[in-house]
Amino acid sequence: MTTETTPAGPFAYAPAPESRAVVDIAPSYGLFIDGEFTESSGQDRAKTLSPATEEVLAEYTQANAEDVDRAVKAARKAFEKWSALPGAERAKYLFRIARIIQERSRELAVLETLDNGKPIRETRDADLPLVAAHFFYYAGWADKLDHAGYGRNPRPLGVAGQVIPWNFPLLMLAWKIAPALATGNTVVLKPAETTPLSALFFADICRQAGLPRGVVNIVTGDGRTGEALVSHPGVDKVAFTGSTAVGKAIARRIAGTDKRVTLELGGKGANIVFDDAPVDQAVEGIVNGIFFNQGQVCCAGSRLLVQESIQDELLDSLKRRLATLRLGDPLDKNTDIGAINSAEQLARITALADTGEAEGAERWSAPCELPSAGYWFAPTLFTGVTQAHTVARDEIFGPVLSVLSFRTPDEAVAKANNSQYGLSAGIWTEKGSRMLAVASKLRAGVVWANTFNKFDPTSPFGGYKESGFGREGGRHGLEAYLAPATPKGER
Amino acid sequence: MSTVEQNRLSVFKTYKLYVGGKFPRSESGRVYEVTDSKGKWLANAPLSSRKDARDAVVAARKAFGGWSGATAYNRGQILYRVAEMLEGRREQFVREVAEAEGLSKSKASAQVDAAIDRWVWYAGWTDKIAQVMGGANPVAGPFFNLSTPEPTGVVAVLAPQESSFLGLVSVIAPVIATGNTAVVIAGEKNPLPALSLGEVLATSDLPGGVVNILSGRTGEIAAPLAAHQDVNGIDLTGAGDELAKELEIAAADNLKRVLRPGSAEYTADPGTHRMTAFLETKTVWHPTGALGASGSSY
Amino acid sequence: MPIAPASALSEVTASDQALRRFLHGLPGVDPVGLEARAASLGTRSIKAEAKAYAIDLAISMIDLTTLEGADTPGKVRALAAKAVRPDPTDRTSPATAAVCVYPDMVETAKAALNGADVKVASVATAFPAGRASLEVKLADTRDAVAAGADEIDMVIDRGAFLAGRYLKVYEEILAVKEASGAARLKVIFETGELSTYDNIRRASWLGMLAGADFIKTSTGKVAVNATPANTLLMLEAVRDFRAQTGTQIGVKPAGGIRTSKDAIKFLVLVNETAGADWLDNHWFRFGASSLLNDLLMQRQKLATGRYSGPDYVTVD
Repeated sequence: MTTETTPAGPFAYAPAPESRAVVDIAPSYGLFIDGEFTESSGQDRAKTLSPATEEVLAEYTQANAEDVDRAVKAARKAFEKWSALPGAERAKYLFRIARIIQERSRELAVLETLDNGKPIRETRDADLPLVAAHFFYYAGWADKLDHAGYGRNPRPLGVAGQVIPWNFPLLMLAWKIAPALATGNTVVLKPAETTPLSALFFADICRQAGLPRGVVNIVTGDGRTGEALVSHPGVDKVAFTGSTAVGKAIARRIAGTDKRVTLELGGKGANIVFDDAPVDQAVEGIVNGIFFNQGQVCCAGSRLLVQESIQDELLDSLKRRLATLRLGDPLDKNTDIGAINSAEQLARITALADTGEAEGAERWSAPCELPSAGYWFAPTLFTGVTQAHTVARDEIFGPVLSVLSFRTPDEAVAKANNSQYGLSAGIWTEKGSRMLAVASKLRAGVVWANTFNKFDPTSPFGGYKESGFGREGGRHGLEAYLAPATPKGER
Repeated sequence: MSTVEQNRLSVFKTYKLYVGGKFPRSESGRVYEVTDSKGKWLANAPLSSRKDARDAVVAARKAFGGWSGATAYNRGQILYRVAEMLEGRREQFVREVAEAEGLSKSKASAQVDAAIDRWVWYAGWTDKIAQVMGGANPVAGPFFNLSTPEPTGVVAVLAPQESSFLGLVSVIAPVIATGNTAVVIAGEKNPLPALSLGEVLATSDLPGGVVNILSGRTGEIAAPLAAHQDVNGIDLTGAGDELAKELEIAAADNLKRVLRPGSAEYTADPGTHRMTAFLETKTVWHPTGALGASGSSY
Repeated sequence: MPIAPASALSEVTASDQALRRFLHGLPGVDPVGLEARAASLGTRSIKAEAKAYAIDLAISMIDLTTLEGADTPGKVRALAAKAVRPDPTDRTSPATAAVCVYPDMVETAKAALNGADVKVASVATAFPAGRASLEVKLADTRDAVAAGADEIDMVIDRGAFLAGRYLKVYEEILAVKEASGAARLKVIFETGELSTYDNIRRASWLGMLAGADFIKTSTGKVAVNATPANTLLMLEAVRDFRAQTGTQIGVKPAGGIRTSKDAIKFLVLVNETAGADWLDNHWFRFGASSLLNDLLMQRQKLATGRYSGPDYVTVD
């Protein structure tokens, strides 16, 4: 497929593609409801593409409101038995799922790379290990909920309607399904319209694990399906990861109901580099912060705040490093930068980058040829950016880094916090007291100090302000799926 | 002889708002009549406007940095001081609660005592909540990883309409115990204990602006607060179902943390949910050196 | 050959205090991040013609080494023969860069190489501990050079370094450099004894300021020798030194690199850190012995398509 558009030199790496043969994608998929693949009551179909080549991978079903209703009813029916199952038994199902994911991790990594466009290096080394770990972690909670700090014998909420994004399709599924099932809820999950395949494969994993019918239901489709799901009166709990705009719409939609909600939304993370930073690791952290998954990460470090005294030096290092990034075939094991997930997302990134240029920020990309087919965007830096620039405020959700400078720690904190968002932030300094002081002042749910974009099932994740509410991961992640331990009479 | 005393004309109290540590009248210049449960006039209370709400948010925001940055121990000392001050003005509050809620003196006393004890309960929570809600996370890698709860910010509190003092304290104390600052809308019909509480808070070492108390029409004051972009959370306890829904929709504009109304029984164990409703969890990662055999691991 | 610190940085070696301030002012190293980067580069998949290129490059970069008390002229002659013609069955195999021996074996090695394009490197300065007076170290060095050594692998005084006496270490390197004359000087830090990455970065700059032609990880005589992380760190140092002074310095990881897979990982580190300018045995070496046979077996596999075995390469 695409030619490797990477740094040339005497030591040019030969293509090292991971084999596609390990994945068997069906030409067409139905909806996974009540333990089996079923047809929609309607005729709506959609196609999912490989964003690296625009090749059609499969056709899937655009679920309508009737289909969603059927799925919610199946989940409701399954809830009674599933929630009554001893925790230790629920745990064993989740452990089975975790193991099967490990066994099939190569297949799932290749599938995810095909459907999403992200490099196999990431699906293999980040997504899939984290997916399995997440199921392992929450499996262990299922029979220990009495000890989780949410009261004695905490109760599940019922049916969880879960809507996940396309940037980490299977990992976001794991973040949603694992805690929901561990706590005794049942699930109707809608994967993103551009990346439905790994969720449909997960349905097969549920089958292999012998999970009771209706405990997990997968309905595919676009925003209409998602809206039908979160609005369904039979849904007790809404969990959404995606854009802030949709998050707000969901919050409005469920106002005045008894539905509980957690929202994991956008971000504009500040990655703050002080003059005493471990520079080489900071450069890696900046690269990882904004170019991991092509920058299509809600907690991306999309704003680099660098102390003015080291700005030039750091930018030189950063540019030199960017010149070594390898962009191309996502299935190639040496690819660092894959494809943008969709034409729509590429258009958005392109438009925002153009705005950056139009507003006078200086644009720079490493020399890099883009493949002719598929959706691609070269890793890009904007320098000379101020707080007033659009590229410093709006979430771009792409491989575009805005570079701003600061003079003092106070200024760094003020600029970092000057955002409607509050999901992530980074701090690079070798001085412990400065790290702790700045970390405590940043209004962000995750602060990475001398590292970036690290995830772990034990570590709670979620935002301040318009980045959403609720936490996923860790003991904290259970709370969203348990009825609150409140005094009698209060709900 | 004694008739002189009996006939002494008492001095009425002018009830005022409590905003930014000061006692202003409503910017609107308007008041409304507050009566006891039998309809007898008790006092005129300020009828707060949107602008009073706006001013209160400014005061609460200004106070947030200092209050959230104070040590938990210090916040506990101050909340305990509130209890001490209330104890000294117990009789006044018993009278006000009895009038406001139509209670016998003994029932009103029980309410006030419980309210004082509630301050003591939350005073003790300030330096424990982080240990209960936070902790180290054993991540699978060479990282120290710590989650700690932090206050959400400025919280609008719709105090309950029935329980004019115990209910009021039960919704204010958990919000500020953890470091939030509050804009409180007193119960519409019975705002006097709330306005008097402001006088107690003002003399309890509580920094001005940490609690701001407004009286007036709940719906009128709550609407701008729910829509306010610099308010981070809203407790809808004092809202009816219809108003609560309206406010929750408005609150979605900047994704405020919303505590929905519930039929509260304030004499029960308060639990922690009123605190956790307005807490964020911040997780900080930092590398550890792997102390392995690599020889160069620090 | 004039021996002077890179002029741009001459002031920093003016006094012990100035040198300490400079070395301690270098950016810190976060160990977890450094090791993660090294591990990440270790996942590069080098296939087909890239692999063939890397294997031949690695062979050409080996300082084929024997540093044993039991070394004899016979052993050294065998080593020299193998260095010149690593694979007797395949003359297309490149020669190694050098043989590396103790000073008393230099003459033997030189004679055995008989004019072939393989250098003789000699460890000196009371290798491996370096615990001797400067006079002894210099005599050791002159001895090796007089016997025909093309390259001198010296050890720094780790005791002085760890005691913070940086100027002493610096001056000793200067002196050995002078005693080495035309021979290229490799400065061994014994990174396993320096113990921290910050120390390795400081030692790298100290060595480069003092005129090292190569900076080298280790002697191969302690528990921890070359690792991807410490080599990556030293590659960053030579990269930054050239950017600052214009002077290019070589890097030599030594000890513990035994397989082709390992060697290729190191070459990836070179390629993506210091850059292609270092992909040459003038600028990068492997201090190794058993590595060569593994590279040769891989080379045979690429040529024939079948896996080779130890009977098809020569024992040393």
